Amino acid sequence: MTLKISDLSYEERVQEGIENDFMRQAVASAQGRFRSGRETRAEEIGNWEDWRALGEEIRRHTLNNLDYYLEQLSDEVSKRGGHVFFAEKAEDANAYIQDIVKKKKAKKVVKSKSMVTEEIGLNQALEEVGADVVESDLGEWILQLDDDPPSHIVTPALHKNKEQIRETFAKKRGYTKSEKPEELALFAREQLREEFLSCDIGITGCNFAVAESGAITFVTNEGNARMVTTIPDTQITVMGMERIVPTWEELDILVSLLTRAAVGQKITSYVTAITGTRLAGETDGPEEFHLVIVDNGRSKILGTEFQSTLHCIRCAACINVCPVYRHIGGHAYNSIYPGPIGAVLSPLLDGYESHQELPYASTLCGACTEVCPVKIPLHELLILHRKKMVEEEKMSPKLEQLAMKGYAKWASNAAAYKMGAALARPALKPWIRQETIKKGPGPLKEWTVNRDFPAPAKETFRAWFKKRNKEAPHHDEDL
Amino acid sequence: MTKIYNRDAFLENIARHLGRKRQTKKVERPNWHVSPQHSVLRGLSQDELVDILEKQCQEIHTAFKRTNIENLPKTLHDVLSTYKTKSMVVANDSRLKRFGLIPLFNSLKDEINIHLWEEANGKKNQLIAEQADVGISFSEITLAESGTVTLFINKNHGRSISLMPKSYIALIPKSTLVPRLTQATERIHNQVKNGEQVPSCISFVTGPSNSADIEMNLIVGVHGPMHATYIVIEDA
Ligand code: SF4
Repeated sequence: MTLKISDLSYEERVQEGIENDFMRQAVASAQGRFRSGRETRAEEIGNWEDWRALGEEIRRHTLNNLDYYLEQLSDEVSKRGGHVFFAEKAEDANAYIQDIVKKKKAKKVVKSKSMVTEEIGLNQALEEVGADVVESDLGEWILQLDDDPPSHIVTPALHKNKEQIRETFAKKRGYTKSEKPEELALFAREQLREEFLSCDIGITGCNFAVAESGAITFVTNEGNARMVTTIPDTQITVMGMERIVPTWEELDILVSLLTRAAVGQKITSYVTAITGTRLAGETDGPEEFHLVIVDNGRSKILGTEFQSTLHCIRCAACINVCPVYRHIGGHAYNSIYPGPIGAVLSPLLDGYESHQELPYASTLCGACTEVCPVKIPLHELLILHRKKMVEEEKMSPKLEQLAMKGYAKWASNAAAYKMGAALARPALKPWIRQETIKKGPGPLKEWTVNRDFPAPAKETFRAWFKKRNKEAPHHDEDL
Repeated sequence: MTKIYNRDAFLENIARHLGRKRQTKKVERPNWHVSPQHSVLRGLSQDELVDILEKQCQEIHTAFKRTNIENLPKTLHDVLSTYKTKSMVVANDSRLKRFGLIPLFNSLKDEINIHLWEEANGKKNQLIAEQADVGISFSEITLAESGTVTLFINKNHGRSISLMPKSYIALIPKSTLVPRLTQATERIHNQVKNGEQVPSCISFVTGPSNSADIEMNLIVGVHGPMHATYIVIEDA
């Protein structure tokens, strides 16, 4: 249940998102920036499609042999002085980590940003055993001061503006300077330096583990993951079991795909590879290292049609192009994994019951699938979810109507909607010939089998939607 | 003694979901069908790679200098002056001697508190780095495409040096330049294959630290250094 971030219903949260003007603008401009960055990088590197194909091939091979690579990884980590704990459930991981905290009599734990610790609810578990938990990623720290859940997986505090941040700093930490981002960041740097220097345990997530040598890598810009792995004497790294590559050579490919797809950078400021404990004579780095490898529902996805969901490298590119995310913001998904990937993954990890609306939070425009650096067929998986919910889980098809109602609500927000429609056009470009889509990706393909699909923006998506609704009132895709 | 907990049950469960028995034999990596990484910046000379690095430095908010061994002390002195350096922490590297920097350090002793990273200082090293204006170390492999220096951490080259001071200066022998990350990971992969011990920390550093967490404004200098300079040294 920890995937959920609120008890408000999806409908209520959608509304909240639309009413928060700043949030919506922030999301829109973030999407714009991420997108243009990504496009430039993809062009520069050349053969982007080859890179994606290679990424997909590597991920598929790795997941198909996951038991082998995890065994190798754990052997290598152990050789380098690290302990490895395999946790089937969230509670197992939390209990193991609580135990370390108790044994170390740790008062303060500093964390660097990690989705998986969020997923297993680690912070609460740490607080239960009396540890002070400090989030050190700038965005996460801001949210933590305010007790607010993240809204984007790359820039979690996207929904807050600088005045709000200044206020939070003033109220919670006695900040007296202006709302200039540089001054705010400098203040955070000073405050967090003290936390780093006085903490007992550092906890990190993991972007990719390298099976052949036992290295754990972090792909970051701020440098907090480096602080967390430099200063404290005890380090705990929590990784989702699928975050692994066979060798350093595949690390190259996945890091290159991740940084380009995530933020349009050739590489981030820091890519750091930590192997086991510090070596004899070294001062920096942990003397005690624990790697916690988490299943928490992932193994259920293996061997199913949804296995490719585990190929995800958490770049958020699918989120940044999603017109629905643009309208409703991250919180409306009511899961720590927002956007298209969240809509596919959350019901798999948590069950349809808790997230039954999510597969409907999509226009099935296919933009997500098109940008995914490891070629996960996201919108096809969403359709598959819908199908399964109706066929196997016997969930009321009324949901489809409910989703349409929600859709009308987002669509009624004119300015935001136009922006979304304008964006949909360039994304579809390769398939547009003479303003009619002859052959489209995914669901468009299904549509185009039957009839030509008018290109969005000339006739806006909204106008098209209205017209289409009249023609075929009860279908939103051919199933 | 290190321990591995719950491994068998966990891995057997994975194998079961994959619909087969657990892999016990060595899995060979397949020959991947495409390898676009090898054609990036292929066939360029060292000098051309330096040009690309210089250009990339503009994108990563990093000052770029090009010098030779003879002029290195002066170049470094200039950079230290720009940073108004009062204290600095330096990786204890034999190349300091080879590149003629010891006389410079001797001559600066009265102006700048120069701290060589030393095992004997233990945790004090960290506190000194935290207070230092400047950290200095050598790049082992330098990636032209992204403007990245690769640091192999060891007992004479602490993780803190490139992390905690306000500014960081990377000394880059021209011979360390390669096209991109591909050549660096290949080299590390070969070390692993040959049974060599990989460093406890390999840091790929690209310019100063930054964040876009406040209204998507790029802020340079968050937890790590706020400024960075690369000095490329002719060493052929
Ligand atoms: S599904 Fe693909 S695009 Fe979305 S976050 Fe994962 S890797 Fe990135």
